[in-house]
Amino acid sequence: MKIKNFFYSQKVAPYVFVVPFILSFAFFWVYPLITAFTMSFQDIGAISSDWIGFANYAKLLKDNVFHIAVWNSVKYMFFTLVLLIPFPMLFAVLLDSNLVKAKGVWKAVLYMPALTSVVISGTLFRLMFTEYTTGQMNMITAALGLGTYKWLKMGWSGMLALLILACWRWTGVNMLYFLSGLKSIDTSLYEAADIDGASGKQKFFYVTLPLLKPTTVYVLTISVYAGLAMFLESFMLWAGNSSPNNIGLTIVGYLYKRGIEKNDMGYACAVGVVLLVVALIINFAQLIINGTFKKEED
Amino acid sequence: MSNQKTMAHTPKRMIGSVLATGFFLILSLIIIFPVFAGLLASFRPGKELIRRGLSIDLNLSTMNLDNYLYLFGGNADSQKYFMWYKNSLLICIISVAVTLFVCYFVAYGLTMYEFKFKNLLFTIVLATMMVPFEILMLPLYKEIIALKLIDTYVGVMIIGICNASTIFFFKQYLSGLPKDLLDAARIDGCSEYGIAVKIILPLAKPAFASMGILSAMGNWNAILWPLLVLKGAEKFTLPIGLNTLLTPYGNNYDVLIAGSMFGILPIFVIFLIFQKYIIDGMTAGAVKG
Repeated sequence: MKIKNFFYSQKVAPYVFVVPFILSFAFFWVYPLITAFTMSFQDIGAISSDWIGFANYAKLLKDNVFHIAVWNSVKYMFFTLVLLIPFPMLFAVLLDSNLVKAKGVWKAVLYMPALTSVVISGTLFRLMFTEYTTGQMNMITAALGLGTYKWLKMGWSGMLALLILACWRWTGVNMLYFLSGLKSIDTSLYEAADIDGASGKQKFFYVTLPLLKPTTVYVLTISVYAGLAMFLESFMLWAGNSSPNNIGLTIVGYLYKRGIEKNDMGYACAVGVVLLVVALIINFAQLIINGTFKKEED
Repeated sequence: MSNQKTMAHTPKRMIGSVLATGFFLILSLIIIFPVFAGLLASFRPGKELIRRGLSIDLNLSTMNLDNYLYLFGGNADSQKYFMWYKNSLLICIISVAVTLFVCYFVAYGLTMYEFKFKNLLFTIVLATMMVPFEILMLPLYKEIIALKLIDTYVGVMIIGICNASTIFFFKQYLSGLPKDLLDAARIDGCSEYGIAVKIILPLAKPAFASMGILSAMGNWNAILWPLLVLKGAEKFTLPIGLNTLLTPYGNNYDVLIAGSMFGILPIFVIFLIFQKYIIDGMTAGAVKG
């Protein structure tokens, strides 16, 4: 009888349903997050670990390689925001208009890069950005009379390669986000704007853009994280975690190098904490400026 | 009068239409290029790839099926490749099945009942999305070692089972279903768990399809965490295995390029069949914010 009550109790059931989440949350989120903080104040050895206070952080302040990694990640994030928000948005608006034929085909093709593993796309892009004259990038620049470059050996061109790879992979994904945002805009608003004699440009700036804001903020938020935490693209483009003069080194790349390759977990965790703090500050600032928190209070 | 007006607009519209469609055609060609060139390269010797890079030379006389014949030839490389393929499939299928059911039940509990910590728990679900995985990576790695799950598939899969975005999507979907169904089933003598499994789950099939495909894509292409957890070459997943073929000397490029192209295949097929569900699932969070 008691067992039967258990199965039929509406008081107990919700807790049973959410137990897996609570366990997973405790073991694979709270615990590692706290450990990341505590480890960042320690010198982690094979047998014992010592508390060393802020020594890891003090070392980070003076670590030039870490500064390069932070600068690369921040630059990469900034340029991905510049390239991967306005353009996909415009593409989505264009694709949503009735001017374009065979919409389904373009949507599928533009999404396709997101399906390929970074291992594969990184390899393909490495071949295209090779320093030899047979690489596609060198063929293009040579045809334009700009000569050939050692793309993956110089700072600016290495970053360019990373950004082109990012655009290739994410333009279609972000475009789909904006397309679904556009679908949720009431078409009667455009009809009303038409009656008022609004031009296409006015409709975009006074109807589309403000109503797309939730989508834009969402894409912005995930792009900030994805940009700052980028690692695998660089790892694959340079076939490993080392690039000439660290031109492709990112914050997570440095975390991986210190923690996994050099087994200095404490120092690597300090790198991770810095990443978390930077990511949270940028995103909270961005969300406050965009009024996301205010809206929820209304 | 209005007829005349549309007539006057037609040529202009047609030019616009041609330009806009042409724009997407060019964009699509650029996007397809690397994969298309990779596909062509897979029909040429690996040495050619090192010497000439990717090329879209369509000269059929230089192309042959040797790489694929070698890949499917049953030799040592071929056996290794299909072992990785099988491992990836295994991890992918188990992981997706477990993730979907667990996340469905969690979302079900968070949607269908009123209880004390409901809102707090949902806030926590969303909060977990605010911390990039890479920060938890090293402590998780130590934890998995301590739990003796290193170099096991359980170690690869366990951390991603309760996935916040999957829970979020299921919750969005379940919120749209009428709760009267639950009361009706209760009157019929159904247990709380019976309702979740027999009444509501069948109604949530489209959500399962969306999340299943997205989760399969994520699992099939996962690199970072399996790279840390899996140590033995016999346990590698396909991306990790392919990564080991990336030597600077290029002696494995025959297998690498053909294997890469054949590795994209399952995901492409799934995508082409279930395209609609993928877009639904992916964009669920973006509209409501």
